[in-house]
Amino acid sequence: MNEEIIIAGFGGQGVLSLGKILCYAGIVQGKEVTWMPSYGPEMRGGTANVTVIISDERISSPILSKFDTAIILNQQSMDKFEKDVKPGGHLIYDGNGITRHPERTDINIYRVDAAAEAARMETNKTFNMIVLGGFLKVKPIVELQNAVEGLKKSLPERYQHLVPVNEKAIYRGTKIIKKISKARAEA
Amino acid sequence: MGELRLMKGNEAIAEAAIRSGADGYFGYPITPQSEVIEHLAAQKPEERTGMTLLQAESEIAAINMVYGAAGCGKKVMTSSSSPGISLKQEGITYIAGAELPCLILNVVRGGPGLGTIQPSQSDYFQSVKGGGHGDYHLIVLAPSSVQEMYDFVELGFDLAFKYRNPTMILSDGAIGQMMEKVEIGEQKPRLTEEQIKEKYPWATTGKTKDREKNVITSLELEPEKMEQFNRKLIEKYRKIEENEVRYEEIQCEDAEYLMVAYGTSARICQKSVQIARNEGLKVGLLRPITLFPFPRKRINELADQVKGMLSVEMSSGQMVEDVRLAVNGKVPVEYYGRMGGIVPSTEEALKDLKQKIIGGK
Repeated sequence: MNEEIIIAGFGGQGVLSLGKILCYAGIVQGKEVTWMPSYGPEMRGGTANVTVIISDERISSPILSKFDTAIILNQQSMDKFEKDVKPGGHLIYDGNGITRHPERTDINIYRVDAAAEAARMETNKTFNMIVLGGFLKVKPIVELQNAVEGLKKSLPERYQHLVPVNEKAIYRGTKIIKKISKARAEA
Repeated sequence: MGELRLMKGNEAIAEAAIRSGADGYFGYPITPQSEVIEHLAAQKPEERTGMTLLQAESEIAAINMVYGAAGCGKKVMTSSSSPGISLKQEGITYIAGAELPCLILNVVRGGPGLGTIQPSQSDYFQSVKGGGHGDYHLIVLAPSSVQEMYDFVELGFDLAFKYRNPTMILSDGAIGQMMEKVEIGEQKPRLTEEQIKEKYPWATTGKTKDREKNVITSLELEPEKMEQFNRKLIEKYRKIEENEVRYEEIQCEDAEYLMVAYGTSARICQKSVQIARNEGLKVGLLRPITLFPFPRKRINELADQVKGMLSVEMSSGQMVEDVRLAVNGKVPVEYYGRMGGIVPSTEEALKDLKQKIIGGK
C-alpha cells in the first residue's frame, strides 16, 4: 500500500492537523508516513495544503505532482488540484462554498458536507475530523480506532477532553460521505 | 525499538541535541529553521539536562559563543539558514583553525542574498569547499529524511570530537519543515567537568599545576609554523576521507545509468528510479551521505559500470563538479536542477536523464 494524498483548503480549517492526525494513525498502524506542508508566504495568503504519504514501504519523494486522493475544502484548491488526481484516483470535497463542482470523469468523486455537519454538532471545530472519517470510509488505509489513537497523540494534554467529540465526528464522517460519480475508463 | 514520534526535521534536530547530551545551543531564528530553537525553548533543556539554550543577539554572536564553549570542551551547536550561515563564516573558519569540535546545522533556502525561504541546495560549494577563508574543510553530512536529521546530530558530534573538527549538517527547507516518523533514542548524560578534563586534555578547563596551559587560537604569525599546521590539517582531512565516507546505493547493482543526488533531491530521484525501473530502464541512484568527504572512489568505480551519470540538485549545478572530478572523463556526466526555492519533480528529473544520458550517447 502506498497512498499519496493532497489535503487543501483555507488556513484555519484544520488542513494541516488533519494531515498530522492521519500520519499519527499511520504510525500507530506500523506504516511509514510523510507530511509535507506548503510553507512560507502562501500560508499567509489564506490557502493551506499538505501532502501526506502513507506507505508500507520506505517513502521516496515527499514532493509530488500527482495524487491518489485529493481532499479539497475550498474553491481555490479545487481549481488548483482537481487536475492533479491520478486517473482512476479519488477526489473528496466539501460542497460548502464550492461554485464550480469537479468535472473530471476519469476519477471517483465523493462529497462530504463536513462544514454543514459540523455546524449541527456540539462544536464546529470538528470539521476536519468529519472529513477524515469520510476519507477513511472511501480509503480504509488505517483503521478508525487507530485514527482516534492518532488524534489522541497529536492533541496536547490540555485538549485531550476534546477527544470524544472528535471521535464522534470521525464516525459521523463515515456515515455522511456520498459518492457523486465513478471513474469511467476513457474510450 | 525506541519511542516513535511524528516530528518535523527541525524538531528532530532539537530533540536529538538534548538527548545526545549536548551542553549548549546558541542560535538566532530564521525561516525555515526556526522550529529548532522553538522546540528547544518549549522543551526547557535547562530543566531536562541542564543544557544551555541561548538566543543570541545575532548569528555572529551565536557562532562565537559556540567557539568559546567548544574551546572549553563543551558539546555545543548552532543552527541557521543560508543568509545566517554566511554571517557565521568568520566564526566557522576560526573554529576550524583552532581545531575545535562543534555542530552547525544549515537548513538551506534559495539565494543569493536574502533570496527566498523555500528549499534549496545552493550552499553546496560554501559547505564543502570551505565557506570562510583559509585552507580548511568541514565534515558535511546530508540527511534525506527526518530520521536522519535526528541520527546525524549524534553522528555529527561524534565525528566532530573524533577529529576535533566542526561538522555541518547540510539540510534544506523541505526536510526541515516536513514531518516523518522518528525513532527517538535514550537520553544520554552530559559529561561532567571531570569527564571533560579527562577526555579532552586540550580543552581550556582551568590550568592546574600538573600541566602546561592550554591555548585555543587560530593565530600563528610564523609562516613556517603556519605551513606546518596547514600540513597537519591536510593530514587530518586525508584521514577523514579514508575513514568516514558514507553513501547509499539504490538499485546500483545492475544499473546502466546513474543518478547522483543528496538530501531532498535524492528522495525525488528515488522515485525517478522506481518509475524508470517500471519502464524497464536500468537506472540506479547514488546518494552521498557525506558531502565532505565525498564518495569519489565509489563514483569512479561506478563509472566503469554505467554509461553516464546525471547529478540532480536544487542549485545551478554545484555537486556535478565533484561528480565530474570523481568520474574523470570516463563517462558523460550531466546536471539537472531547479533553483530559487523550486524543487525539481520526479518526472522532469527522469525526463532530463533520458534526454541527456540515456538518449543519444
